[in-house]
Amino acid sequence: MGKTLFHKVWDRHSVGILPDGSTQLFVGTHLIHEVTSPQAFGMLRDLGLKVAFPNRTFATVDHIVPTDQRTEPFRDSLADAMIKELRKNCSDFDVTFFDISSGKQGIVHIVGPEQGITQPGTTIACGDSHTSTHGAFGAVAFGIGTSQVRDVLATQTMALSPLKVRKIEVRGKLGPGVYAKDIILHIIRTLGVNGGTGYAYEYCGSTIEGLSLEERMTICNMSIEGGARAGYVNPDEKTFEYLKGRPYCPKGKEWDVAVAEWKKVVSDPDAVYDDVKIFEASEIRPTVTWGINPGQGIFIDEAIPSPEQLPEADRSSAKEALEFMKFKAGEKLAGQKIQVAFFGSCTNARISDFLEASKFLKGRKVAPGIRAIAVPGSQGVSKICAEMGIDEIFREAGFDWREAGCSMCLGMNPDQLVGDEICASSSNRNFKGRQGSPTGRTLLMSPVMVVAAAVTGQVSDARLVFAKS
Amino acid sequence: MSLSPVAQVTGRGVVVAGDDIDTDRIIPARYMRCITFDGLGEYLFRDVRQTPEGKSTNHPIDDPKYEGATILISGMNFGCGSSREHAPQAIARAGFKAVIAGGFAEIFFGNSTTLGLPCATATRKDLNALMSLIQKDPTTVVKIDVEKLQVTAGPLSFPVTLKASAQQGLLSGRYDAIADLLANLPKIKELAGRIPSATTS
Repeated sequence: MGKTLFHKVWDRHSVGILPDGSTQLFVGTHLIHEVTSPQAFGMLRDLGLKVAFPNRTFATVDHIVPTDQRTEPFRDSLADAMIKELRKNCSDFDVTFFDISSGKQGIVHIVGPEQGITQPGTTIACGDSHTSTHGAFGAVAFGIGTSQVRDVLATQTMALSPLKVRKIEVRGKLGPGVYAKDIILHIIRTLGVNGGTGYAYEYCGSTIEGLSLEERMTICNMSIEGGARAGYVNPDEKTFEYLKGRPYCPKGKEWDVAVAEWKKVVSDPDAVYDDVKIFEASEIRPTVTWGINPGQGIFIDEAIPSPEQLPEADRSSAKEALEFMKFKAGEKLAGQKIQVAFFGSCTNARISDFLEASKFLKGRKVAPGIRAIAVPGSQGVSKICAEMGIDEIFREAGFDWREAGCSMCLGMNPDQLVGDEICASSSNRNFKGRQGSPTGRTLLMSPVMVVAAAVTGQVSDARLVFAKS
Repeated sequence: MSLSPVAQVTGRGVVVAGDDIDTDRIIPARYMRCITFDGLGEYLFRDVRQTPEGKSTNHPIDDPKYEGATILISGMNFGCGSSREHAPQAIARAGFKAVIAGGFAEIFFGNSTTLGLPCATATRKDLNALMSLIQKDPTTVVKIDVEKLQVTAGPLSFPVTLKASAQQGLLSGRYDAIADLLANLPKIKELAGRIPSATTS
């Protein structure tokens, strides 16, 4: 009987079974940032412990950094204290820190792959739920809480119970104007925001195989929005090609050894899964959320459902969502006026996102009165966008082109919605208050759909807006 | 760490109704600009307890009739979204000792258990009955028996579920895994030698 990648990696990293019955799992690579690590370092100091394997932890600063004015001290004294605390902790405990001055700073889930720190067949943990992103490389990657960050710092292990594995096969060819973001929004809509509880999602099938690594990251990134703690894609030639030559990847003969090892972790053809779900790519259309959780999405040409149309379990959330969003059942989202367009986040702020959107944005202008911001996911993305002239296309269109960070995805920094503004957003969460204003309204969509909304001033089907491009 | 076992939690309840209550709702990100967990209890459910102008919305948490409640009762998929431990920290620091809901998001559940905050899952039917009872009579004493996995409240008595490792950890006072993890450091070092690390050299 064959094994899945998940089980192979799990078994290889298992230290043993703990008294409570959970597994002590070795963490190959640990990523940290300024929000969920300071308390963990505090606990470490309180217990008189050291970082057990400092070479296996990497830090960056992303959630609280301003994306406009970067000189320190930051205007927000709390944010300033947080970056200084991280700097001190990394220095005290000998942890590599991709600081703003390094040229490598950015959103943790963009920096890891970019630097080649994210590698197949390993376990990765980070105090951030979107750690599932790293699964795109065939790693088993978990978002963890701060006490677990402490555990990993102190022991390079954590207590965890094994997950079940659901195979999610997406097959066939995507239609024009349909992107990885639409695939994952459609999967979450179909399986539910808690449908993945207890599972790791293995994404496979011809559609997934056809995606670039950056697109696979978009899909794995949002696994947690479907309740799945981890999501991954089996590594293939594209994975190795993406990683080859990156700073933290093996070189020379060691590269060949590593690739041979990575090929072994791929799920066996006769692997047994706890569940299988199949999706046809041709049935997926550009998807936009209308509600307050990422499962409340519709195709751009569909109408907002009435709660009565939905399964009973989804009705109370749907009613609450309609009230909060000030939308009516039966309305279409197309034509809905927006006030803000946000292009960024660990879901969609990579080079390919900006490149694809820039093809449509070139020569167009952001509609009058729309606040449009574009935030590269890392300093690395920013640099390449500048070399390719992508930043200029965004600027000329009227986007505010910013420095790398999480920005308006979660409003922990000065980039926030005001009042009940409606934001067309390439991010991952549309929770109430997520973008910094308690009454702000977020519509999740693909980056190209964000650009279409920005230039028309309303939610629009990018396939129609850019029909002549 | 040797901690006091959590075999049962007894106290009055407060109902925060709704499904899919996410961790941004439990504690909005802008209140996580901090380097310790001190004082987080104050920001629990902040954006739904106050209007943007700072006026009280009469949220159940602020309703005098629920004052002193130590058991939080909510709907399905409680704690979904972000992995922030700030969420259960805010709940615990606001004085809560346990949560009963229709289901929990996984990371939230683990984070809560590590703090000794049991998260018991009840069926929708039992949950609805408990919610009605508490709303009718907020003085009702709710008891969660972690060993028997049973909740009693006034005339109600119903079973709840709790992941076996969490139950075991709570009952034995080993819900914070750090001591058990540290005990295996020699084994960890041996395993580390076989697992490559990302390096520039």
